[in-house]
Amino acid sequence: MTQPKTFGPETLALHAGQSPDPAFGARAAPIYFTTSYVFPDTDHAAALFNLERPGHVYTRISNPTNAMLEERIAALEGGVGAIAVASGQAALHLAITTLMGAGGHIVASHALYGGSHNLLAYTLPRFGITTTFVDPHDPDAWRTAVRPETRLFFGESLGNPGLDVLDIPAVADIAHAHRVPLLVDATLVTPCLQRPLALGADLVLHSATKFLGGHGVAVGGLLVDGGRFDWEASGLFPTLTEPYDGFHGMDFAEESPIAAFLLRARREGLRDFGACLSPMNAFQILQGMETLPLRMRAHVANARKVAEHLAAHPLVAQVAWPGLANHRDHTLAARLLPDGAGSVLSFELKGGRAAGRAFIEGLRVFSHLANVGDAKSLVIHPASTTHFRMSAQDLAAAGIGEGTVRLSVGLESVDDLIEDLNRGLYAASRVEQG
Amino acid sequence: MELSVNDTPAYLYTGGRPFDRQQPVVVLIHGAGHDHSVWNYQARQLAHHGFAVLAPDLPGHGRSQGSPLTTIEALADWVEALLDAAGVVHTAIAGHSMGSLVALQTAAQAPARITKLILIGSVAPMPVAPPLLEAAAHARAAAHGMINQWSYTPASQLGASPVPGVSLTGLNQRLMERQRDGVLANDLAACNAYLGGLDAAAHIAIPCAMLCGERDQMTPRKAVKPLQEALAKVPGGARMIVIKGAGHAMMAEAPDAVGDAMRGFLTSA
Repeated sequence: MTQPKTFGPETLALHAGQSPDPAFGARAAPIYFTTSYVFPDTDHAAALFNLERPGHVYTRISNPTNAMLEERIAALEGGVGAIAVASGQAALHLAITTLMGAGGHIVASHALYGGSHNLLAYTLPRFGITTTFVDPHDPDAWRTAVRPETRLFFGESLGNPGLDVLDIPAVADIAHAHRVPLLVDATLVTPCLQRPLALGADLVLHSATKFLGGHGVAVGGLLVDGGRFDWEASGLFPTLTEPYDGFHGMDFAEESPIAAFLLRARREGLRDFGACLSPMNAFQILQGMETLPLRMRAHVANARKVAEHLAAHPLVAQVAWPGLANHRDHTLAARLLPDGAGSVLSFELKGGRAAGRAFIEGLRVFSHLANVGDAKSLVIHPASTTHFRMSAQDLAAAGIGEGTVRLSVGLESVDDLIEDLNRGLYAASRVEQG
Repeated sequence: MELSVNDTPAYLYTGGRPFDRQQPVVVLIHGAGHDHSVWNYQARQLAHHGFAVLAPDLPGHGRSQGSPLTTIEALADWVEALLDAAGVVHTAIAGHSMGSLVALQTAAQAPARITKLILIGSVAPMPVAPPLLEAAAHARAAAHGMINQWSYTPASQLGASPVPGVSLTGLNQRLMERQRDGVLANDLAACNAYLGGLDAAAHIAIPCAMLCGERDQMTPRKAVKPLQEALAKVPGGARMIVIKGAGHAMMAEAPDAVGDAMRGFLTSA
C-alpha cells in the first residue's frame, strides 16, 4: 500500500485549481470574460440560487477563472478555500465585515501597511468598528487589549515597513484563548516562505498585486480560510451561526461547519459590497503564480546580498531585514521563516530626509513608486508617501524614521542592484557633505 | 433540527427546508469520520423537490452528542430509533461508504419501514486496510492523508473543484480533524467488522440503486459486484449507476450527478 502523496509548492503553483479545459482541451487557464452564465433550464437556475447545485450565476459572486486562482491559493496555503477580490484592501474589508458589524472591535499589530492602518484607524470607526493597535512583540499587549466585543486579531507576517516578524503561534494562542480568530496578512512572504495557517492562524489575506502576481500589472486580493476555527464553539459570531434572512435563512455553520466563513463572505460580502476581481486580473495573477516558488527563492537571495551590502555601508545607520543577525526578530524569523525573510527591507540613511531624497533620485535601476513585490526592484520613502497620514508618534511606533527608505528587491542581476544602490548612496553622501 | 434519540440529543440537517413528515421522507447517512455536511448539495436538491430530508450527524459525530456506536448493527438500530423520534413511518434511505452499510442493515432489519435503498460507494464486506486502521487509531493525521489520497481523483488532489473557490481535499481534511478523538478509528473498525452485509442484502426486496464512482479506489466498481449480486430479491435487480469521473468522495466531486441520480431513482416508479 502506497503512502499518501502530497504535492510540493512548485507543482501546486503550476497546477492547483486548474484541470485542462473540458471544452477545448486548452492547457493554459482560459479567461472566462463573461458577466453571467446561461441557465440550461428554469429548474437548474432555481437550483443554483438555492445552493442545490454548485456553479456560477454572476461574476460578481464567482467566475471560473477566479475560481482557479482561489483554489490555487487555497492549495498553496493549505486552506479549505479562498475568495478572490478586487485588492488586498478589499480582502481585509471582506474579512472584517463577514465577522462583525457596528460595535465590533479588532486587536491589531501597530506594524501595518499604511492602507490597512487607514482602514482600521480612520475609516471603520465611522461604521462603528474600532481597533486597538498593539506592539506585536508584546503578548500582554494583545491580551489586555481584548474587550468583550473583540472579534478579530490581525497582524502581518512581516510588518510593513518595519519588517517586524509576527509570532503567529503565540498570537494565535492568545486569540484562541479569547475565542476569536487570527487573520494574517501574508503578502510579503507568500505561501512559499510561510504558511500562516499551519502556524496557527485562522484566516490569511494577500495583496495578490505584489509577489503572487509579481509582474506589477494587476491589482487583486485573496482571502483564504483555514477551516479550523470552530465558530459554533466560540459563540461570538452570530453572522455565521444564526439564520441569515438575507440568504434563504441560512445558518452558515450548520450548512458547512468547516467553510461557514467562506459561504457568508461570498454570499453576502461579495454579493453586497461587490469588490469582485476581474477575470483578466485573475488570469494575470495565475500566470505570475506559476513561477512563484522560483521567484521567491531568487528574491530572497538578492535581498540577502543587498541587505548585507547596505549593512556594511558607512552611510547606512541601520538595515531592517530579519534575515540579518542583528535584526530584533532574527531568531523568530529563523523559526517562522526558515526559507527566507522575503525581499522587502528598509534602512535608515544617515542625513535624514534630504539624504533620503537624494538617494532615491540618484537611482537608475530601482523604480520610485508605491508598491512592493514586483519582479523589478522598487524604492520608496514611506514618511512622505505610503505612511504620510500617520503622526510622528505613530510613525515611530511603526519603526519608521524620516530617513527610512524601503526597498523591494527584485530579480535583476544583483551586481547591477548593488551598483545602483552605490550610485544612490554616493548622491546621498554629497548631500551630507554639502 | 435537534431530536432526542435514545435520550441523547441528535442533530439532523434538513436540506435548508423545514422537515415535513407529510412529504416522502429520505434519510441520508454519512460515512466514517464525517457529518451531515457531506450531503449539502444532495440534501438541498431533494428538500427543494418535494422530499423531507433527514441527514443526521451519527452519535458522537458533528453536533450529535453521545459516544460513537461501535457496530453497523447498533447504528442501524439507532436509525430506527431516529425514525421513531421523528415520527416517520416509511422512508427511503441512502448511505455513503460506512453509511451505506448502515442503510443496507437498516433496510434488512426494518423491511416494513424502508421503501427504497441507495448505496453510494458501497461494497460488502468492507474490509479496511490494516495500515489505515492502525493510523486511524494512533496517527490521525496520517489516516486523514490516506483517506484524502484514496477518496479523491487526481484533479481534486490538485485543487480543482466543482464548488467555486473550495478545496475539496482541504475541506475533507478539516472535517475529519473536527471530529472527536477516536471517532474515525471507531467507524473504520465498525466497517471492517461488519460481515453480515451479503446476508442482509439477500433479504432486501425493495428497489435499490448503487452509485459507484468511475474512479473510486476505496470501493472500486469490480468490488461492488458481490453485493450487487446478493441483492437478488430487489425487483429488477439493483440498479448500478456509474458516476463519471468521480472517486469515492463522489458527493463532493460530482454533486450534480449524484444528486440527479438520487432524485431520479427516488422519483421513479
